[in-house]
Amino acid sequence: MNKWQDNRAWFLVMPVFLIVAFSAIIPLMMVVDASVHDISGPGNRVFVGAEWFKEVLGDRRLHDALRRQLTFSGLVLLIEIPLGVAIALAMPRRGWGVSVTLLVLALPLLIPWNVIGTIWNLFTRPDIGLLGVLLNGLGIQFDPTAAPLDAWITVMLMDVWHWTPLVALLAYAGLRAIPDAYYLAARIDGASAWAVFRYIQLPKMRGVLMIAVLLRFMDSFVIYAEPFVLTGGGPGDSTTFLSTYLVKLAGGQSDLGPAAALALIYFLIALAVCFAFYRALQNVGSGDQR
Amino acid sequence: MALIQLKGVAHAYMAKPGAPEDYALKRLDMVWQDGRAYALLGPSGCGKTTTLNIISGLIRPSEGRVLIDDRDVTALAPRDRNIAQVFQVPVIYDTMTVFDNLAFPLRNRNVDRKEIRIRVHEVAELLEMTADLKRRASGLTADAKQKISLGRGLVRKDVAAILFDEPLTVIDPHLKWLLRRKLKQIHEQFRTTLIYVTHDQNEALTFAEQVVIMNEGEVLQTGSPQELFENPKHTFVGYFIGSPGMNLIPCQINGDAAIVEGAPIALGEGVAERGRAAGGELVLGIRPEFLRLRPTAEQGNVPVSVRLAENLGNFKIVTVSLGRLALKVKVPEDQEVPGEWAYLNFPPEWTKVYADGRLVE
Amino acid sequence: MSLKLENVTRTVGGETHIDNITLQLSPGTLHVLIGPTLAGKTSLMRLMAGLDRPSAGRVLVNGEDVTGVSVRLRSVAMVYQRFINYPSFTVYDNIASPLRLNRLSKHEIDLKVREAAIIMRIEELLDRRPAELSGGQQQRTAIARALVKDADLLLLDEPLVNLDYKLREELRAEMGDLFQRRETIVVYATTEPSEALMLGGAAVVLDEGRKLQSGPILEVFHNPASVAVANIFSDPPMNMIDGEIIDGEARLGEDIRLPLTGHLGQLSPGPYRFGVRPGHLSVVSSPAHEFKFGATVDLAEVSGSETLIHIRHGSAAWVVQEQGVHSFDLGQQIDVFLDAARLFVFADSGRLVAAPAPVGGGGTPR
Repeated sequence: MNKWQDNRAWFLVMPVFLIVAFSAIIPLMMVVDASVHDISGPGNRVFVGAEWFKEVLGDRRLHDALRRQLTFSGLVLLIEIPLGVAIALAMPRRGWGVSVTLLVLALPLLIPWNVIGTIWNLFTRPDIGLLGVLLNGLGIQFDPTAAPLDAWITVMLMDVWHWTPLVALLAYAGLRAIPDAYYLAARIDGASAWAVFRYIQLPKMRGVLMIAVLLRFMDSFVIYAEPFVLTGGGPGDSTTFLSTYLVKLAGGQSDLGPAAALALIYFLIALAVCFAFYRALQNVGSGDQR
Repeated sequence: MALIQLKGVAHAYMAKPGAPEDYALKRLDMVWQDGRAYALLGPSGCGKTTTLNIISGLIRPSEGRVLIDDRDVTALAPRDRNIAQVFQVPVIYDTMTVFDNLAFPLRNRNVDRKEIRIRVHEVAELLEMTADLKRRASGLTADAKQKISLGRGLVRKDVAAILFDEPLTVIDPHLKWLLRRKLKQIHEQFRTTLIYVTHDQNEALTFAEQVVIMNEGEVLQTGSPQELFENPKHTFVGYFIGSPGMNLIPCQINGDAAIVEGAPIALGEGVAERGRAAGGELVLGIRPEFLRLRPTAEQGNVPVSVRLAENLGNFKIVTVSLGRLALKVKVPEDQEVPGEWAYLNFPPEWTKVYADGRLVE
Repeated sequence: MSLKLENVTRTVGGETHIDNITLQLSPGTLHVLIGPTLAGKTSLMRLMAGLDRPSAGRVLVNGEDVTGVSVRLRSVAMVYQRFINYPSFTVYDNIASPLRLNRLSKHEIDLKVREAAIIMRIEELLDRRPAELSGGQQQRTAIARALVKDADLLLLDEPLVNLDYKLREELRAEMGDLFQRRETIVVYATTEPSEALMLGGAAVVLDEGRKLQSGPILEVFHNPASVAVANIFSDPPMNMIDGEIIDGEARLGEDIRLPLTGHLGQLSPGPYRFGVRPGHLSVVSSPAHEFKFGATVDLAEVSGSETLIHIRHGSAAWVVQEQGVHSFDLGQQIDVFLDAARLFVFADSGRLVAAPAPVGGGGTPR
């Protein structure tokens, strides 16, 4: 390849740099700026150093939100990964059934996030919601707007409904990539269905499952729209996650400094997860060579 | 040790086969003698893998029965058949060590631990993999993985036959030779029946004592490599075995001789008569290495014009015209090739006549 | 057009892919690059095509330096190992694609496409798509596309290697004819000596990026300049055995003793390496094969219409090539016959010092 061609390539990448600069780098710098100042009005700002960070890190409500966040993400993984794998294993491998199942599975993924929250909000309302009315009619007290446990169950149900199909699709793709010879050889070797799962399907799905775990962890860690629309973070603070808390802090209470500090901390956590994700992805490819 | 028989076996991949061409495998009767090395050879889609899978039980034939030692196993699952099979793609269980991979078929059959240890070590010794037993199998090269696949077959003491489905496809060419040799050694040592499916003529003829040639769902000939080369029973066999393949030219029969482009060619005793009786479309076949090219006319020789002489170092391939037909003649490197005209000698013992593709015997 | 490579070298990341090669290619000639995998065949072709730039040296077309000129401005067609066709185009459109780029008239394109299709015997398949074709037909399409371009330089990089043996046999025979009738410079890379011999033309023997020998193909075959060339240009490789000439006889290995007749007569005493082609050993005695020794069969392989018998004699492992298909058992004891007149003799340095006199003349010119 000639040198002058390489230079032209740099020139062609310029627009992307500009877009990234305006959409990500400049706003981020503004957040950094806000996090080290006390801003009480236009033109009225005092440098406060790491003050806001100290305050935010010592905030008990933040600790609670973080604990809830981790519990939520943990539960999401524990339920969605095995369930997704189970669905993938049960899916037909050929024939017309394949397209039908794929279509049905893809449906929840196509709905906008805020709409999902609204759907489940309506679905579970004890006065008019199908599920709410049904449960209460059966004599089971169920009200996500009043009982924290009911709110949690609803948020979990919603996330499982929304995202398990993604895990299932990924796992299915992993299963489809296994050559037929593996199944034939296992039959010849006299392997049981469990052995086939344990020694062929699971190891061969390892790569895609890794991706599924990371995707689901990241997504659930920064979840905002659905629980906010569904419960508004309540009752009380029972479903207030990190992002919900951040918005309350910045939007509701106009505490720009602490909100900016929190946003940066949040950003760093997300970045760390991203990095783990990236490293894991790199290892997936080389996994077989080890 | 076992005798495997296919009785009237046929298979179609569709639910309700009607016409003969619906069948991937047309009606087949075949006996696989105990302890021999067989190759099933044919172009892709000829039904060889179907045949193999019917023997191992991966496919239940649409028609007919499979017998192992006179026991009807047609309805039995592969695990109940004492048949091992090695596939094109090396199959190993990624998360297991080499030892566990080799032990897997035995563990599934509840063999006791001590016996497993002994068997696995024996097989590893044989495959020269003892040093790798504790390694994870996923890190090995393709040829080592394929050896493990083979090992999982060898480890079972009760195995009646080991079947191979194009096992060397993904192996490096220079390692193919070593694996082939290993297979031959193992066969000489254990005398387990081996059935080897391949589309590669050289591999089949090198590996097998008996080669079964298939085309379009039918077995055309079974015989030793030498028999297939020297006495092809079907024009396809003549074409498919050997490089270049057999010269196949249309002929008629007149008296004791075959007439090709007006020239009489002497035949073996009684061949002309039986060819006439067989009828149908008659074709004369002779291999390039059996034709003799002479510079001068002799009794019974046919005059031809020399079109092309290719010097391939160790020998020459000469293309000659006989009327409108072209024939290839293989001549030794030290033989001078006449420039324009030459005379072809057809030794009667190597000159075959085929009626509708089948050898007139 | 004439093409000249002048002392071209190409290094990539400190590794030398091509090491100081000079080649002169005149129009209407066929050059066969022979060498093992990674010998530099593909690298050399890429330099000829202008896909890569030499690290040192010059590429001249008609005497003009084109070293830095982009491949798009050169008249080059290339056929690769893998069948590369446009999957969504029909065979017709695949073949027509280079012509369309040149903005030829519809009528002209049609004529050329059909002509190339007839040469490659795919005229019946023009409406099909590549996925509906066999490997051989796909490669014929790729070759037809290269032919139709009528480029000054046609490069074929092991075009038959991925085809099965019967197809290879057919296409090989056709290809030799095809190149005879063109004004193009044809460069054909292969690892197989038999393929090279079938094509004819000039041979360029490559190994580890270096040109070991070049010249008319049969000349190189009969007079390999070194042990390395003899090994590359012989399939199976030439049998080699160390020995010496002493006391008026040639001693090969532990116990083979041959009189110094014919081309061996002129050799002075000293250590040598002796080479004999597998085809010049035999398991059947004949008047020519006067020397006999016992051997153990390691494995007998069938290759086409020949049997390759791998044998052991003492510490030497040799290969005997016999016409026809024969069976041997592992470990079988056989007698092998050797003809002293067919021995190649190399000096200790690997250089050829004596070759058997060619016999039986060459092939008739096409």
